[in-house]
Amino acid sequence: MAQTVVGDYRSTRSASVGLRRALGRAALYTIAILLGFLLFAPILWGLISSFKPDTEIKLLPPVIFPSRWVPQNYVDVWTTKLFGVWTQNSVFIAVLATIGTVLTAALSGYSFARFRYPGRGVLFGLTIATLMLPDIVTLVPRFILFWELGWLNTYLPLIVPYWFGGTAFFIFLFRQFFMTIPTDLDEAAKIDGASYFQIFARIVLPLSGPVMATVAIIAFIDQWNSFLFPLTILNSPEKFTVSIGLRWFAISPSADSRPLDQLLLAGSMMMMAPIMVIFFCGQRYFVRGVVMSGIKG
Amino acid sequence: MAQAVARPAAASRRRSGLARQEATFGYLFLLPWLIGLTVFVIGPMIGAFVLSFTPYSLGRPLTFNGGANFVRAFTADPQFYNAVGRTLNWAVIYVPLSIVGALLTAMLLNQGLKGTNIFRTIFFMPHLVPIVASVYIWTYLLNPKYGLVNEILFRITHVDPGPGWFASKDWALPGLIILGLWAAIGGNQMLIFLAGLQGVPKDLYEVADLDGANGWQKFRNITLPMISPTVFFNLVLGIIAALQTFSNAFVATNGGPAYATWFYSLHIYASAFQFGEYGYAAALAVIFFLVLVVLTTIQFQLQKRWVYYGGEVK
Repeated sequence: MAQTVVGDYRSTRSASVGLRRALGRAALYTIAILLGFLLFAPILWGLISSFKPDTEIKLLPPVIFPSRWVPQNYVDVWTTKLFGVWTQNSVFIAVLATIGTVLTAALSGYSFARFRYPGRGVLFGLTIATLMLPDIVTLVPRFILFWELGWLNTYLPLIVPYWFGGTAFFIFLFRQFFMTIPTDLDEAAKIDGASYFQIFARIVLPLSGPVMATVAIIAFIDQWNSFLFPLTILNSPEKFTVSIGLRWFAISPSADSRPLDQLLLAGSMMMMAPIMVIFFCGQRYFVRGVVMSGIKG
Repeated sequence: MAQAVARPAAASRRRSGLARQEATFGYLFLLPWLIGLTVFVIGPMIGAFVLSFTPYSLGRPLTFNGGANFVRAFTADPQFYNAVGRTLNWAVIYVPLSIVGALLTAMLLNQGLKGTNIFRTIFFMPHLVPIVASVYIWTYLLNPKYGLVNEILFRITHVDPGPGWFASKDWALPGLIILGLWAAIGGNQMLIFLAGLQGVPKDLYEVADLDGANGWQKFRNITLPMISPTVFFNLVLGIIAALQTFSNAFVATNGGPAYATWFYSLHIYASAFQFGEYGYAAALAVIFFLVLVVLTTIQFQLQKRWVYYGGEVK
């Protein structure tokens, strides 16, 4: 009885409601496709233009497609300037800093999640507070510290700090994850006489693949893109990372004063490539990490 | 059981021994971060305050000059107020636009469209482009003469010349805002909003439907209150990030033309690393820090009026 009432109510309005809903859906798809195009077009433009001959990036009127495709740009980018060296440097720094971050942020997060000791709450609060401390505030003293240590123009300032807990955000991610692992296994291992380090290394870490992947991916991307700090620390071109070296295609002209625009774009694409690969392989972990940052601890 | 009752003193001693052991290992696991926090965060923080009262430059002994750096910033530095103004100008425009943009994008992805995952991935890609690379792509697209953007504008409006973008002191900031929004509206903030939207219980909307609520009423009275914690989170971190914006302006315009994009971070950077005035740069950093503390405190106070935590699962 009740069903027929609902049925009647619907049938009188179904035609107009159905039409309106269909139109609404169509509008949403249109907006989504347009937005996707707007957001993706600059990347596509960069990719296409990185295959242009050197004179065709600044043409009047501008052309979208090259008159002939020049894959040679992707060979030249490695030999003009020090792009190959910069890439090696970036990989070296990013890999070592990421390993340090994963290991030591895991230790710290584990401490906050599983141990009871005086001052834990205060220390954790302090750790979370540093999330809101802008890097620029401590930039000058950190620079002076590394100058005093004689570490300027070396990779140490870009790697060593990450072996001391990484950053608060990653500690927080580990803590949240560890709090979801049941303690039964720990207790059982403890009864069997396992030490705290054994429990951590043999029981907890092997269960922590997802959070380690999340932290490793986000930390690596952060390192790869890092700009301001390497800019202050590194001053000889053969020490540069990709992110600060790339500028040299723009600010220092080539010996024969031919344009370097196409190489700058090819270099930009090369710099982007590893990030895209990592993102597509680990998208699940990446998104989870970002989303967790929005959840209050 | 009987034993425990019989020897309560021993049991509690054993328990306190275990507690002490647990505390020791807790500190031990935390040790790397305790060192890192002290040496690379709190130490430099204190260092910034100390340096701000000195005329320090590299290699000079530490002498104090009272509050001279602060007096100079407020009275004798021709670029100080310009930097503050440009930064506020940027933040006041960019932060609301990026947050509203990210929220709208998230709402679009929350409509259950087919291919949502593909859309999400595409929307997110600009956020993944390294800032330096994205600046160069946009420098070409926004080139006043050869750029594709001005070509399209010209074909539509037939106004020539078009905006000067990074070459013009009036258009450099809008140029940076376009670049910033492009990277932001499908980025991290959007993902956080999306998670917030997905956490709103569906039955609330069903009840509202029965009451005959329209789309705007549902957004205003259900969606917005339920996701207000995520809005607050994105707002606080978004403001902090916007106020310390550096890389995009440094690479695209180097603060120019005619100091039109001379953001506060560039002022700190230039004072220290171009003019070697580390003490003065530290004073600028301290001013920045204090302003941020006040701003963030105000926001945490105000949130009590508009952020609704009842919807949290915990």
